[in-house]
Amino acid sequence: MGSKEQLFKYLLRLGDNALIQGHRLSEWCSRGPILEEDIALSNLALDNIGRAQAFLQYASEVEGNGHTADDLAYRRSERQYLNFLITELPTGNFAYTITKQLFIAQYDVILFEALCKSTDTTIAGIAAKAIKEARYHASHASDWCLRLGMGTALSHDLLQNEINDIWMFTGEMFEMTELDKDLVQFGISPDLTILQNIWLDKVGSVLIKSGIQLPGQGYQQTGSQQGIHTEHLGHILSEMQYLQRAYPDATW
Amino acid sequence: MATDTQLDLWEVFIQGKSGGHHMHAGSVHASDKEMALKNARDLYTRRSEGGSIWVVPSSAIISSAPDDAAMLFDPANDKIYRHPTFYVIPEGAKQI
Repeated sequence: MGSKEQLFKYLLRLGDNALIQGHRLSEWCSRGPILEEDIALSNLALDNIGRAQAFLQYASEVEGNGHTADDLAYRRSERQYLNFLITELPTGNFAYTITKQLFIAQYDVILFEALCKSTDTTIAGIAAKAIKEARYHASHASDWCLRLGMGTALSHDLLQNEINDIWMFTGEMFEMTELDKDLVQFGISPDLTILQNIWLDKVGSVLIKSGIQLPGQGYQQTGSQQGIHTEHLGHILSEMQYLQRAYPDATW
Repeated sequence: MATDTQLDLWEVFIQGKSGGHHMHAGSVHASDKEMALKNARDLYTRRSEGGSIWVVPSSAIISSAPDDAAMLFDPANDKIYRHPTFYVIPEGAKQI
């Protein structure tokens, strides 16, 4: 077993990734390109927010000082969030959202496959439920990559641009921090360097089929695991936390 | 009538449970069959309505003309012996 603090921090990473990604996806609600896609994106958002609830609920139990999952979601400050930078990037255009979805959902699929075998049975249980959703998210994003990549010259160029722009935020998902090195020892979390190779294979094969060129490794952004975020997170939190800040403990 | 600019139209059929009929649930817009299937899943199975989905291009469906209704359907009106109401359902049988 890792220490309580380590497990808590890891659960915050898992929960925050789902929470912020879910919030970004929810921004598509009523703004989708067509009704069907609007509902599809809202469904993806709900899956993520449900997953965030499960991880943050467990995090609050591990922390054990009376905080609830809602406290963790809505009452921390920016530096206390441990979501990867890629999840907080703006919604952008449809190709930008699909690119983020492809990178994140493919990551989720291989991460949750590995976490199903975690020595922490609660994490393994949540992962077993989340893996089904993640597979659907990855399939949805892959289908759209193919359509945009092999669609018109404009849709192809938009997708290629977004892939190039967002690539520098993918390396962070596979960084082996001190926390990761410790948790791997206890079999709680997987070795992310192994996951990175699987991820590159899967994402690469979708992009090749879509007629998109894979960016080189290049410079990679980092910082989220020390709580250092892009300017975008503060704006998300000001909106997301508004109700809890204005009306603490509001019920209805 | 406004022109429909939102991709092709597909009809959606959902099977509630294994062994049952696929029932018409509604329609979706999609550019290809994979998208039609996913859109149908996202629109019509959000509340665990189904276990299986069919999608069919709406253009592949031929419908009878309203003007032919009398010719097609009225002749059945006076043939009540075609209804299975003259049988006694054996006790314990849920359906025949």
